Amino acid sequence: MADAGMLRFHVPEPEVRPGGTPDFSNVPIPKAGSVPRPEIDVDPRTIRDHAFSIIRVLNRTGEAVGPWAGLLSSDELLTGLRHMMTLRTFDARMQMAQRQGKTSFYMQHLGEEAVACAFRKALAPGDMNFPTYRQAGLLIADGYPMVTMMNQIYSNEADPLKGRQLPVMYSSKEHGFFSISGNLATQYIQAVGWAMASAISNDSRIAAAWIGDGSTAESDFHSALVFASTYKAPVVLNVVNNQWAISTFQGIARGGSGTFAARGLGFGIPSLRVDGNDYLAVHAVAKWAAERARSNLGPTLVEYVTYRAGAHSSSDDPSAYRPKTESDAWPLGDPIVRLKNHLIALGVWSDERHAQAEAEILDTVIAAQKEAEGHGTLHAGGKPSTRDMFEGLYAEMPPHLRRQRQQAGV
Amino acid sequence: MPRRTMIEAIRDAMDVSMGRDEKVVVFGEDVGFFGGVFRCTQGLQAKYGKSRCFDAPINESGIVGSAIGMAAYGLKPCVEIQFADYMYPAYDQLTQEAARLRYRSNGDFTCPIVVRMPTGGGIFGGQTHSQSPEALFTHVSGLKTVVPSNPHDAKGLLIAAIEDPDPVIFLEPKRLYNGPFDGHHDRPVTPWSKHELGEVADGHYTVPLGKAAIRRAGSALTVLAYGTMVYVAQAAVEETGIDAEIIDLRTLLPLDLDTIVASVKKTGRCVIVHEATLTSGFGAELSALVQENCFYHLEAPVARVAGWDTPYPHAQEWDYFPGPARVGRALLETMGA
Repeated sequence: MADAGMLRFHVPEPEVRPGGTPDFSNVPIPKAGSVPRPEIDVDPRTIRDHAFSIIRVLNRTGEAVGPWAGLLSSDELLTGLRHMMTLRTFDARMQMAQRQGKTSFYMQHLGEEAVACAFRKALAPGDMNFPTYRQAGLLIADGYPMVTMMNQIYSNEADPLKGRQLPVMYSSKEHGFFSISGNLATQYIQAVGWAMASAISNDSRIAAAWIGDGSTAESDFHSALVFASTYKAPVVLNVVNNQWAISTFQGIARGGSGTFAARGLGFGIPSLRVDGNDYLAVHAVAKWAAERARSNLGPTLVEYVTYRAGAHSSSDDPSAYRPKTESDAWPLGDPIVRLKNHLIALGVWSDERHAQAEAEILDTVIAAQKEAEGHGTLHAGGKPSTRDMFEGLYAEMPPHLRRQRQQAGV
Repeated sequence: MPRRTMIEAIRDAMDVSMGRDEKVVVFGEDVGFFGGVFRCTQGLQAKYGKSRCFDAPINESGIVGSAIGMAAYGLKPCVEIQFADYMYPAYDQLTQEAARLRYRSNGDFTCPIVVRMPTGGGIFGGQTHSQSPEALFTHVSGLKTVVPSNPHDAKGLLIAAIEDPDPVIFLEPKRLYNGPFDGHHDRPVTPWSKHELGEVADGHYTVPLGKAAIRRAGSALTVLAYGTMVYVAQAAVEETGIDAEIIDLRTLLPLDLDTIVASVKKTGRCVIVHEATLTSGFGAELSALVQENCFYHLEAPVARVAGWDTPYPHAQEWDYFPGPARVGRALLETMGA
């Protein structure tokens, strides 16, 4: 029956708030290995279900199963595990450094390490990521020096960005990592533009766009989908759904569409959901999407279903808006534990070796931190000069800025 | 030397640039097959192919955002926003992305884009086809803002803008596309074919960004103007008989302060004219600079003639437009007449 009574305003609410018992029974989790792997030239209309399911490879007992398994050797998986462990240790140390006042701000990846670490391994040299602030795994997995990342976080004298950017807003063209803006969603359409340029230039390189669940509500997300669809741009459109946009649950951005992946369907873009805490699944789907892009088949939208186990940033306190135990209840588990268990099941890893690796990684990160702190921290030691503030805005400094620099006495 | 309209000169600038450098690409709404609603890109798709000149969806933030990505890749996009009034959805991409990419990445990525847009009124375009938003760009660190006033400059400045390593906003006074309109809307406009600045050389040349031009030398008063207002000022000067020096700024940022200061120190009087709204307009910046640099040479207050602080109306277009009568009154008042 149609309800023709007084109009009522609808505001979606998460299932549970602080004090309640976490409940993810509304998140259906398909069995590992149950979602088919289509050919890369599939007609997007025939795989609409992929936008509502979740592609998973690792099952509960740590086995890799189904059509998306079998792409990575155990050595590659061991490397992947080390990358994720390094990122987690790096985060813990930098989070602590922020608390110690060595920098103003930090953003960690806790629980989401698999997404960027595994994705990076699906790209080829020269490909370009347009990341958000929560994809430092792209740098770690590409061998970017941790000391340089820390120099940027500390805004010290060795900061490659000369102290101009908020911590974690890295930039490295050499490592396929576009300068992070700090604004949300702006980079999504830029990634599509980069991909269009690669196609215009008859190049072979592809782009990867990154966005969080909350920012898909921005108009730039929709701009990107229009342009990517129209020009069949060689780009992988990544949506990291970590359930929370600061304090706002994903339902506020998602509305009634069911999933974020489903946003791609109206544009005729093949759209897939993947278990973001499953290193093998993330890599396999990323590889599929990258192959499509490189084969002139156009864009793919990939939603990584994961959970932001930590705070949004060092300025955030999640206990004010969600149950403290919610991350433990997250049904897709922890990406590091899951890959570790898989490697143990394969017989190439053990709890002892894992503990030993943790200790080695901690030593490496601490050594990098010491080296970086030798170049200064935000409020102590070497720092970028006042002159650096005026330089690098234009290729050639215009007269009015030269006058202002003189006024500033530098 | 061949004579060209401003539209033909702008088209020629893109043609020459695309011919010299395959990294130059041109796109925007209606820009490809049709050649743009003002026909500035007519024939470019046929000549250079669909990869170099193409139609874009009606999405200004998408046009500018994708151009930024292309520039980061290594291309040199020259994009069209159909009317300056339509640029607001792209303002975030222009001000926080294009303008700061070089700075925030310390030169790791740069953004050599040109964003062309027809500006100003005088065509009965109403409030959404008549605006002059130049001050919204000059206020932003990292952008350059250019406003040509004639075909010769338009071509040379546009080629210079395309070759510039940083983002340039290129505002084309649409009322000047076909002739040097002087604000006398009830009289026929002289076509560019009969104007000396309609002479546009073939091939490659540039007019450097950041250099003003003195359109009329004079000793009694300095007029600072750009775009359409250069001709309105000329008409006002002729009609009042005041021996004014008229400076066409051509580039608002970087600004040619030396030329301005030298002139005002000589004349001791300054009238600033622009079509954009008065409050916080670019004239406020010019007025402050003249006061800071020429205070002891001034014999009268610096005057501003600008669009009224209302939206650009439709029926009242010529009440709104700062025409020769209003400019003439300001000239006479500044002379103490």
